[in-house]
Amino acid sequence: MNYRIIRKIKNALFKFVIVLSAFMVLIPLFLIIQFVFVQGMGSLNLSFFTEIPKPVGEIGGGMKHAILGTIYTVLLGALMAVPIGITCGVYLSEFRKSKLSKTLRLTVDLMSGIPSIVIGIFAYLMVVVPLKSFSALAGGVALAIIMLPIIIKTSEEILKLVPDHIREAGLALGLPRWKIIFFIILKGSVSNLLTGIILAISRAAGETAPLLFTAFGNMYMNFNMKEPMATLPVQIYTYAISPFKDWQRQAWAGAFILMVLILAMNIFARYVLTKIKDKKGF
Amino acid sequence: MIKLNSKTQDAVLFYALRFIALLVIGLLLFIMYILLDAAWPAITSNGLAFIFKSEWNPVEDQFGALPFIFGTLVTSFIAVMLATPVSILVALFISEYLPKSISHFVSLMVEMVAAIPSIVFGLWGIFYLAPFVKGSLAPFLKSYFGYLPIFSGPSFGIGIITASLVLAVMIVPTISSICRSIFELIPQHQKEASYALGSTKFEMIKMAVISPSLSGISSAVVLGLGRALGETMAVTMLIGNSPVISKSIFSPAATMASVMANEYTDANTPLHVSSLCYLALLLFFITFLSNLFAKSIVKNFSKI
Repeated sequence: MNYRIIRKIKNALFKFVIVLSAFMVLIPLFLIIQFVFVQGMGSLNLSFFTEIPKPVGEIGGGMKHAILGTIYTVLLGALMAVPIGITCGVYLSEFRKSKLSKTLRLTVDLMSGIPSIVIGIFAYLMVVVPLKSFSALAGGVALAIIMLPIIIKTSEEILKLVPDHIREAGLALGLPRWKIIFFIILKGSVSNLLTGIILAISRAAGETAPLLFTAFGNMYMNFNMKEPMATLPVQIYTYAISPFKDWQRQAWAGAFILMVLILAMNIFARYVLTKIKDKKGF
Repeated sequence: MIKLNSKTQDAVLFYALRFIALLVIGLLLFIMYILLDAAWPAITSNGLAFIFKSEWNPVEDQFGALPFIFGTLVTSFIAVMLATPVSILVALFISEYLPKSISHFVSLMVEMVAAIPSIVFGLWGIFYLAPFVKGSLAPFLKSYFGYLPIFSGPSFGIGIITASLVLAVMIVPTISSICRSIFELIPQHQKEASYALGSTKFEMIKMAVISPSLSGISSAVVLGLGRALGETMAVTMLIGNSPVISKSIFSPAATMASVMANEYTDANTPLHVSSLCYLALLLFFITFLSNLFAKSIVKNFSKI
């Protein structure tokens, strides 16, 4: 009888610890989001979006150049990563059991584990050294390598959801396989593939480390891909570690904008992806 | 215009796809090669002694990686120690205790932490966590455990402990989401069998959920470790960046990633640049091996 009570107490204690630990995880999350919201909302103003930085010491200015720079470099990276990524996704979903597929899957897993700073050094050695200048192009290359494994993985998963009988229906019509892939499978999955791309973009948009010595950053507007370009994360970093109060304020505003953008993209993509999986594609 | 029959068309497609796939595999090898090539001068001048030398002084061309390896391992180790139990418990909470409708939402919340950029964690760490460590956590630990050498010395807010705490918060979603997906693989009848023997929920979880998932859990932990090892920005902003090996967890230190972020653009001498590339190569291989290890555990796990 006594033993039973001890077991019940253990059970209740365990439940208590579990609930406690769940709160321990949710509280920092809440604290971070709340802290960034409060600090960021208070620091935000219109000139943040419409102005470029004022000279050091002057109050005011904004991060227009960095916001546009982030969009520019991320799109540049996506331009490189998306075609290759989706092609690899097609290969993995069409030839699931070939030896090359297994190697490619392992490569993708290992590639997504490379620390982003190491990717930054690679992009520096590959692009910055030969061109002899920090450039948006180098930043784009670094971000492309970060996006590539995410795009490959999600597009493989999405294309695998296309049921086999659809492929077989195409084959029964006597279509060559490439037409089935392009005009049936890919065409039918375009919007689903887009969500995978959004997921990859949301990851790349927040990366700082690989941009530190590739896109580097500057204080004015630039749309030349062979020149250094400011990006939101790097700008936040420079401002955050600066001693100026006004710059720190702008770092908070920048972090707020960055976080809202990334969480919005992420939640949207995840929501759509779970919807797709529930519906089993097509 | 050449007309190809559909068999040839498919052959063209097949080789084109294969070519792109090989290109991506080649890219990984190419990254390795480029890093090795850039690190070569440092490898020939210092060799493996680089790993064991504890002096890092770019001005006098002294390059030893030990302080950074120490910093990386210690911060990651503390972070994993803090994050592992919590992550497993959260995964259990979501998969076993919460009703399905809420569990979806809560797991999404937890996974959102993984989406927050590390620069935001760093910013939060500087302005919120560092003052908290300096003002509350360090005095508390000192007053109760101050006699232990790891809690000796003053706390400036930034240092090993602050970096480890942020890392722990950052890797919880990684570990817990993998654990959750493993727990969901446990067949329902296995749990019911345990209940049928008269066990309480705690005993059921211990017998039917945790013990068959142990290898999966360890792979989740190793993947979390891999993420902590390579994390750069948040750590760079919070660790204090001084290449010293200290026994106190309040003192500043530096990690392999943080020294790269700090010194790479300012490195002037070829040996300095090359030594940083050597560090990048080491970090690459450490994370590479830990990911490979985690993968191999999962492979064995799925065979069972």
